[in-house]
Amino acid sequence: MNSREKILKDIVANKPVLTELTDWVAPKSIQSTTLVGDFEKLLVSLHSKVNHLSSKNDLLKEVDELRAQYPFVIDTIHAEGEPRKNIQQLDARSLESLDVAIIEGRLGVAENGAIWLTETNMLNRLLPFICKHLVLVIDAENIVADMHEAYKKIRIDEDGYGVFISGPSKTADIEQSLVIGAHGPLTLTVYIISNHS
Amino acid sequence: MGTVEHAKAAGRFIADEPRTNWHDETLWFVRQKRDHAASLLNGWEELRERASQIKNHVLSNLDQYLIQFEKNAIANGAIIHWAADAEEHNQIVHGIIKNAGVTRLVKSKSMLTEECHLNHFLSGQGIEVVDTDLGERIVQFRKEPPSHIVLPAIHLKKQDVSETFHEHLHTEKGNNDPNYLTGAARQHLRNEFIQSKVAITGVNFAVAETGGIVVCTNEGNADMGVHAAKIHIACMGIEKIIPKAGDLSVFLRLLARSATGQPITTYSSHFHRPDKEKQLHIVIVDNGRTQQLGRPDFRNSLKCIRCGACFNTCPVYRRSGGHSYHNAVAGPIGSILAPNIDMRKNADLPFASTLCGSCSNVCPVKIDIHDQLWKWRQILVKEGHVAMGKKIMMQSMAFLLSRPKLYRFAGKWGRKIMQSVPILVSNKLNPWYKQREMPEPPKQSFNEWYKQNKK
Ligand code: SF4
Repeated sequence: MNSREKILKDIVANKPVLTELTDWVAPKSIQSTTLVGDFEKLLVSLHSKVNHLSSKNDLLKEVDELRAQYPFVIDTIHAEGEPRKNIQQLDARSLESLDVAIIEGRLGVAENGAIWLTETNMLNRLLPFICKHLVLVIDAENIVADMHEAYKKIRIDEDGYGVFISGPSKTADIEQSLVIGAHGPLTLTVYIISNHS
Repeated sequence: MGTVEHAKAAGRFIADEPRTNWHDETLWFVRQKRDHAASLLNGWEELRERASQIKNHVLSNLDQYLIQFEKNAIANGAIIHWAADAEEHNQIVHGIIKNAGVTRLVKSKSMLTEECHLNHFLSGQGIEVVDTDLGERIVQFRKEPPSHIVLPAIHLKKQDVSETFHEHLHTEKGNNDPNYLTGAARQHLRNEFIQSKVAITGVNFAVAETGGIVVCTNEGNADMGVHAAKIHIACMGIEKIIPKAGDLSVFLRLLARSATGQPITTYSSHFHRPDKEKQLHIVIVDNGRTQQLGRPDFRNSLKCIRCGACFNTCPVYRRSGGHSYHNAVAGPIGSILAPNIDMRKNADLPFASTLCGSCSNVCPVKIDIHDQLWKWRQILVKEGHVAMGKKIMMQSMAFLLSRPKLYRFAGKWGRKIMQSVPILVSNKLNPWYKQREMPEPPKQSFNEWYKQNKK
């Protein structure tokens, strides 16, 4: 008998009687009128910067400013054709000095400031981690109250890889002192696009 | 590590009193952050109850969920391996690494690989594992095991880290600034990430419905390692399975809040399909878990999501340190898991508790931790694994607890005795007396107070 069969056989022999799992509705966590405000508050408390834009067109100006400021910027949102393909091919060594990555987030979660993005958004799985400064862009309409709503809206296996990001990388492993900037980005800036602001 | 009894090892730990106090207070602070985060969430208790139900359900149908997970993961392009024990797990991982032709690789936090002593095994095969979680890298440099499942270097002060980094990373001598030290580690580990062809990670949750795995970190080290490498090896215990994607919402809401008081970890990464021309291996490990599943009194310890909350709240853990538990998983939950693997070697651990029940109160998946510790004590005594002193204490405790009237009487007299002649309680039969006074006995017990005050 191989290990797979042995493990499965031992489970069958040892498991308790089946307990059914009934459907469940999570208690409401926050009022929906404060979604964007709560989301922003959470992000700021988790050491991110938040900016508001009134349309996606305004984003181009911000990208230009970043390009003027930093030598190595990858803008996945406006990349098309050949440049887009090139971004997909880049490996860790060629991305080592990446200053800024600009990526669109699919969905934001007000209860914890997390932003969902998938491979389709990042183009290259390394980008949100290897850059020094991460810029995420999210439409105010795609902000939901909590994780229960979030998982109803996304399909986790739609892409090969997806991630919730809720701030710059951090650690408190030295005497519990919080240090922002562990192995991933040193900063996170979030642009919230809403037509009303 | 040779087995030194928990109480003896704890005696060494508390010899440095300021450090013990710091350890105690720091962990208590983390516990308070957890309380605060829980209090901010509407329906925290309902969430715990749901998490507990999901896990109970999974344990009662684990074989089917594992089969479903395997089928979907294979369809996603992952390669699945099954390991009956630590030895087989290590062999499988070694086989993959050997095939890849590398002798150095990166690994993010995985308690399972600690449990299997993977690093030690691989180093015997000429393969060096670089732990990339900052806390784990620190203890790895020092040739120590992690002392906490979430905060691996919590037993160290920044001076210790500074000295360690000065020796291994040539940082400035005497520079104790956590920012500076973290920056040095970041630079050092960047190079490792970029060079490594193989990355090992743990698994926080494996979703049967989609065949994917979820890994949670704050540092981003799991993702840096995996996305830079060609081969991702994810090691998981059989109990990591949850049925559906939607169940992740319950667990991700609980995990970080229980662990550190954060609303969520910085990264919650969902791996389903390997990147182009890359490999994803998932190693599913038993190593005593099916045996624990067969112990009705202890099976629900397999619900554990390794948040560490029971460590932070435990008065014994806080004042004895993780290393005194001589087991990969320390603290209250480790004291339940360890005797399952080796009763004789770990017979002391279920006694490293005051049975105050605080662990069970904070556990996000509602494991009855302190009840299980109590049950282990009874089994260990019956099987003859317990020294006389503890046996006497326990028998009198059982005697008292089974006779509520006498218990109240003894409590009353116990308090009188402690008030007048504390040395009778604070003697050698009571190992927790070492290096500290017993708590001030209350003038009134809760029972007396209640009788007096109820209208
Ligand atoms: S037993 Fe409960 S509290 Fe302790 S680590 Fe596991 S899940 Fe957390």
